[in-house]
Amino acid sequence: MSILVIAEHDNAGLRPATLNTLTAAAKIGGPVTVLVAGSECAGAAAAAAALPGVARVLSADAPHLAHPTAEDMAAVALIAAAGHSHVLAPSGSFGKNFMPRVAATLDVAQVSDIVEVVSADTFVRPIYAGNALATVQSADAVKVITVRATAFDPVTASGGNAPVEALQAPPPSPLSAFVSQELSTSPRPELGNARVVVTGGRALGSAEAYRSVLEPLADKLGAAMGASRAAVDAGYAPNDFQVGQTGKIVAPDLYVAIGVSGAIQHLAGMKDSKVIVAINKDADAPIFQVADYGLVGDLFELVPQLVEALG
Amino acid sequence: MKILVPVKRVIDYNVKIRVAADGSGVETANVKMSMNPFDEIAVEEAVRLREAGVASEVVLVSCGVAGCVDTLRTGMALGADRALHVSSDAELQPLAVARLLKAVVGREQPHLVICGKQAIDDDANQTGQMLAALLGWGQAAFASRVQIGDNRASVTREIDGGLETVSVALPAVITTDLRLNEPRFASLPNIMKAKKKPLDTVTPDELGVDVTPRLKTLKVAEPPKRAAGVKLASVAELVAKLRDEAKVLR
Ligand SMILES: Cc1cc2nc3c(=O)[nH]c(=O)nc-3n(C[C@H](O)[C@H](O)[C@H](O)COP(=O)(O)OP(=O)(O)OC[C@H]3O[C@@H](n4cnc5c(N)ncnc54)[C@H](O)[C@@H]3O)c2cc1C
Ligand SMILES: Cc1cc2nc3c(=O)[nH]c(=O)nc-3n(C[C@H](O)[C@H](O)[C@H](O)COP(=O)(O)OP(=O)(O)OC[C@H]3O[C@@H](n4cnc5c(N)ncnc54)[C@H](O)[C@@H]3O)c2cc1C
Repeated sequence: MSILVIAEHDNAGLRPATLNTLTAAAKIGGPVTVLVAGSECAGAAAAAAALPGVARVLSADAPHLAHPTAEDMAAVALIAAAGHSHVLAPSGSFGKNFMPRVAATLDVAQVSDIVEVVSADTFVRPIYAGNALATVQSADAVKVITVRATAFDPVTASGGNAPVEALQAPPPSPLSAFVSQELSTSPRPELGNARVVVTGGRALGSAEAYRSVLEPLADKLGAAMGASRAAVDAGYAPNDFQVGQTGKIVAPDLYVAIGVSGAIQHLAGMKDSKVIVAINKDADAPIFQVADYGLVGDLFELVPQLVEALG
Repeated sequence: MKILVPVKRVIDYNVKIRVAADGSGVETANVKMSMNPFDEIAVEEAVRLREAGVASEVVLVSCGVAGCVDTLRTGMALGADRALHVSSDAELQPLAVARLLKAVVGREQPHLVICGKQAIDDDANQTGQMLAALLGWGQAAFASRVQIGDNRASVTREIDGGLETVSVALPAVITTDLRLNEPRFASLPNIMKAKKKPLDTVTPDELGVDVTPRLKTLKVAEPPKRAAGVKLASVAELVAKLRDEAKVLR
């Protein structure tokens, strides 16, 4: 058995989800190779080499991998995958984009979004928005797997000393090309791995209120900000704030849901949080069924009070 | 330009699912089934492209049990022109569906395939990307905006950090995200009209595709339940709980 982990990174360093994915790799067992594919990505490769349990780092450093397309990422991953029994990537929008291409090209199934490693060929994954957990066994020669980061602890970021080898990336595919990106810039922690998340729902009523009511609370708590789909659809918050079955999966120490009803699609994205607080004027809102602490009342009164009480 | 839209029949998103007592799966008997919501968005996008004169025909395909025919009729009521049912009672996993769709693409020769980004039952988020790889086509997954040009499409994608725009050569596979459009409701006259639109049936055998599952489901279980918490009377009480009981304040 030998495992290839495909790193999610920003060229300078690794994204946290990569560290969680390495824990899943360690549970499978066997030597771990990490692929860092990017442009001027020596920083990320060095960070990967320093992780405990990493036997080897492959660095595919090429200008066209600065913003890799699914086609180019799959091509380089397929080269790196040769000889490995398992190929793992975190199941963010990065991994979801190219991993199915890797699986289909190898003519194997992909096991999406695993939350537990039972054995080298058997994994647990949520289905139906996390309302059921399926234990699935793969009979394929190569297991292509995406890993739900919040379900595994991160490995420590130092202690290893693996060699870094260069891997020649294939030329860019003519099929698709990166044009531009618009990234949300925020001084706040990243939603996916923040310790505290403050989420607003439809009840906020406007983008202005979403910010003016929630930001002071997020500031006090050092929190990332999230949103329900209804709030994103209405334009109160950007798309990458969406928490839920079809948005981001989060599991912070503290999740504060404000004016969110608690639809199953929303719960799917946050119900593994350690402590959940709900503020909602409807005492029967389903969010209270998962909340450790609830406040029934008008958010426009309660949230400013909370900010003040936090001192 | 012809557009192929694969649509999946799933348990309606409003249904609270129940895990079968024997751990074999979830209860599907007497449960409301609907078109996967992402596929409604895909149908809507394709129909809008035809209404705008960019596309000439919208063809639907659904793989699975007899009930898929209802899903196809729904899609035709939303404006698709005709439909193909790939009829099978077998468990169809994403790779098998992608291989069936590849065979259908071979027959239909569309210039564009628009899939949903994920089906809300298995949440696999694979089929469109797999299909693109099997066809040797480009892909644009998680689309929130699509503009079709002469030989390429410009697609804005929802990614973890925000938005990304890619240019993809046609033919291509696009998968839909939630904010691509708001699907229309089918009107009664259109539901009636849809009953007369052409619907063909083929089998995986006729398409020459082996759909044997690669993943074996050993068991399906309920996730651990969260214990219900307490409702508090005041903000002061909440802060005290967070500080002294939950110890999550720093
Ligand atoms: C295919 C599909 C995928 C989806 N994916 C997601 C997803 O990933 N994430 C997601 O969140 N949703 C998702 N949804 C949508 C989901 O079903 C709900 O529609 C959505 O979560 C509702 O958002 P909300 O709770 O903000 O709004 P609502 O359900 O409208 O709830 C608003 C709440 O605010 C309360 N309220 C109103 N005014 C006040 C006030 N002044 N003070 C305090 N409380 C107040 C109300 O009592 C109510 O409970 C999806 C739906 C579909 C069909
Ligand atoms: C526990 C369990 C039990 C199952 N039991 C059965 C069963 O009894 N019968 C059975 O038929 N299957 C069964 N399946 C298979 C399952 O329903 C899916 O067909 C398969 O896993 C595809 O995954 P997905 O829909 O999540 O793919 P995704 O990759 O999430 O789907 C993305 C998109 O691909 C397209 N697509 C996917 N499937 C189809 C389709 N069938 N037709 C047309 N377009 C499609 C749609 O555009 C969809 O939006 C079972 C799966 C599990 C885990």
